[in-house]
Amino acid sequence: MKARRIIPIQPEPGSALPPDERAAVRAAIAANKQRAGALLPVLHGVQDALGYVPKDAVALVAYELNLSRAEVHGVVTFYHYFREHKPGRHVVQLCRAEACQAVGAVALEAHAKRSLGVDFHGTTADGAVTLEPVYCLGNCALGPSVMVGEKLQGRVTPQRFDKLLAQARATA
Amino acid sequence: MSAIRIYVPCDASALAVGADETAAAIVAEAAFRGVDARVIRNGTRGMLWLEPLVEVETAAGRIAYGPVQAEDVAALFDADLVHGGAHELNQGLTEEIPYFKRQQRLSFARVGVIDPLDLDDYVAHDGYRGLDNALLLEPGAIVMAVSESGLRGRGGAAFPTGIKWKTVLDAHGASAVHDTPSEQKYIVCNADEGDSGTFSDRMLMEGDPYTLIEGMTIAGLAVGATRGYIYLRCEYPHAHRALNAAIATATARGYLGGDIRGSGKRFDLEVRLGAGAYICGEETALLESIEGKRGQIRFKPPLPAIKGLFGQPTVINNVITFASVPVIFERGAAYYKNFGMGRSRGTLPMQLAGNIKQGGLVEIAFGMSLRELLYDYGGGTISGRPIRAVQVGGPLGAYMPESTFDTPLDYEAFAAVKGMLGHGGIVVFDDTVDMAAQARYAMEFCAIESCGKCTPCRIGSTRGVEVIDRLCSGLDSPKQEALLRDLCETMTFGSLCALGGLTPYPVLSALDYFPEDFRKVPQPLQAAG
Ligand SMILES: Cc1cc2nc3c(=O)[nH]c(=O)nc-3n(C[C@H](O)[C@H](O)[C@H](O)COP(=O)(O)O)c2cc1C
Ligand code: SF4
Ligand code: FES
Repeated sequence: MKARRIIPIQPEPGSALPPDERAAVRAAIAANKQRAGALLPVLHGVQDALGYVPKDAVALVAYELNLSRAEVHGVVTFYHYFREHKPGRHVVQLCRAEACQAVGAVALEAHAKRSLGVDFHGTTADGAVTLEPVYCLGNCALGPSVMVGEKLQGRVTPQRFDKLLAQARATA
Repeated sequence: MSAIRIYVPCDASALAVGADETAAAIVAEAAFRGVDARVIRNGTRGMLWLEPLVEVETAAGRIAYGPVQAEDVAALFDADLVHGGAHELNQGLTEEIPYFKRQQRLSFARVGVIDPLDLDDYVAHDGYRGLDNALLLEPGAIVMAVSESGLRGRGGAAFPTGIKWKTVLDAHGASAVHDTPSEQKYIVCNADEGDSGTFSDRMLMEGDPYTLIEGMTIAGLAVGATRGYIYLRCEYPHAHRALNAAIATATARGYLGGDIRGSGKRFDLEVRLGAGAYICGEETALLESIEGKRGQIRFKPPLPAIKGLFGQPTVINNVITFASVPVIFERGAAYYKNFGMGRSRGTLPMQLAGNIKQGGLVEIAFGMSLRELLYDYGGGTISGRPIRAVQVGGPLGAYMPESTFDTPLDYEAFAAVKGMLGHGGIVVFDDTVDMAAQARYAMEFCAIESCGKCTPCRIGSTRGVEVIDRLCSGLDSPKQEALLRDLCETMTFGSLCALGGLTPYPVLSALDYFPEDFRKVPQPLQAAG
């Protein structure tokens, strides 16, 4: 005789999210659901609001867009920009591409990692800064380039990097 | 007396070196001195080493000062900046600066001149004249004019734009309702601009977004498409804001929407953001991405022109390709075709980047030599050391040594020296560059950005990094070199798209032209784990 299987009751998609995060995800879905190919706009909306795409948001997004969780997860993980973990208060993107390499980006990268004490994708212990690599910011004539939040910075020397980071830390 | 007009760019590159602070200082200083001045935020003139480049309108024309930092502003007012007074930062009349004067600005004619979001300013500078002319033509005649202009795609592959448009014009998509002509065709703009060393798309979208919108609208009329998408990389937040604002204004003023200029024709436009994947610049991966999927390459055929976005006939072109269209309809196909050489017609906005003294954008007719561009315009390296190598055409372009600098800027001439003009980006390196490290990076970049569909690209690139490391360690070098060449051959012939297929170019050109760099232990680019 077959053992009796217990089928767990599927919780409502997204119920694992804290209420404020769930509301943000729902808002991003509502704002973009009608668009053709809505998934990327929705994920952007989620990351704009929360700074990341929480793992528990995947089920809710999938359910609302009539996609499988695997599809949504596949997209979140394919694109370098979407992150699954909460970042620090400031996201610092450091350009690693050739034009910046030609003017010292490799040394700047080493300096940034040392002075922040993190590797790429890492967040400083005080939760202030997440360091991300980026492959060109379109500022290739005035590199090395760094983006702090949405503010682009050119001609970033190690000293300027430390100054910019100190300023950012002081703001919030 | 009317207010004195002072221009301070709002281009991202200008902002990156303090243009907002400079603008604020000018506003404050003018108020403090009781000077009646109006600060206008224009795009950049493309002389990026002079940014923030402040211009003052005088009776003789606009006079440039640069680079102007906020702390220079008081001294400039003391030197009578508002009347173009002398100062060491005074560069004279902007349009007489040789770097600018010698250019042929067709697509970028208005960039840096006008207020990017002011539609009246756009129209006052001949904007939308191309559209008005195109509205008088039948679709077939619009396509014909583009063909006659000789325009080839500016995104990299240099495919004739007229042929692409003709294919879409003649294509029949799946009808929404069977056997009705209500098929949906699409115009898609590739604004992914992923190549390092390129920023012309960004500069145009921030400095003159209506030119792109106008070009896409004409494309819509040409092929019978009523919807357009601009796929913009998310690394460009300033361009994103500019495009959204311009689309809203153009729609409100009847240049987009259901009844373009009273013609009864429809064209709607929407911006979609990428998410940091280089491969989404490839056209089929880009379409997948707009559809909300992973950015994986599609097999061709079918071509996007036949089965593109959402399975419908789709024109997909680069930003600069679309931005070259309005002038063709404003001045005529023959006017455009008159610029250039051989089968490369018109102008190409070249971008000087990396270790270069006078970095920026140079729009010129095809045909000038690389050397002229590097030295006469670029002024050599910013480090003051000799140029050792340049990479033209993005991360998949070959590293070119000094012996190739006399190559004219022309698609075919570059191909003849195994180079690639691509999107017109030139990255300059001085003699401190380690070419083995550059080759290693090319493989590393391919590994990071591979869409994963084919093994030679996905796995081969990682093996490539390892082989280069072993080659440089000096152990059994001849065998490692043979292995690397063999691997490159497999990637060239076994890859579905140009990411895997062209990565061997930077790798092998570095190895062939600079073999000495592979015979020592390199500094790995990856600084830590
Ligand atoms: C790996 C890869 C990346 C590409 N990136 C871009 C890009 O960022 N921008 C672009 O316009 N074309 C890019 N292309 C070229 C496009 O596939 C396509 O040729 C182009 O959008 C066609 O437009 P055009 O004919 O106006 O050049 C890329 C191609 C490949 C293989
Ligand atoms: S070559 Fe690389 S990027 Fe191109 S389809 Fe194959 S795996 Fe994808
Ligand atoms: S290469 Fe760094 S901004 Fe383009």
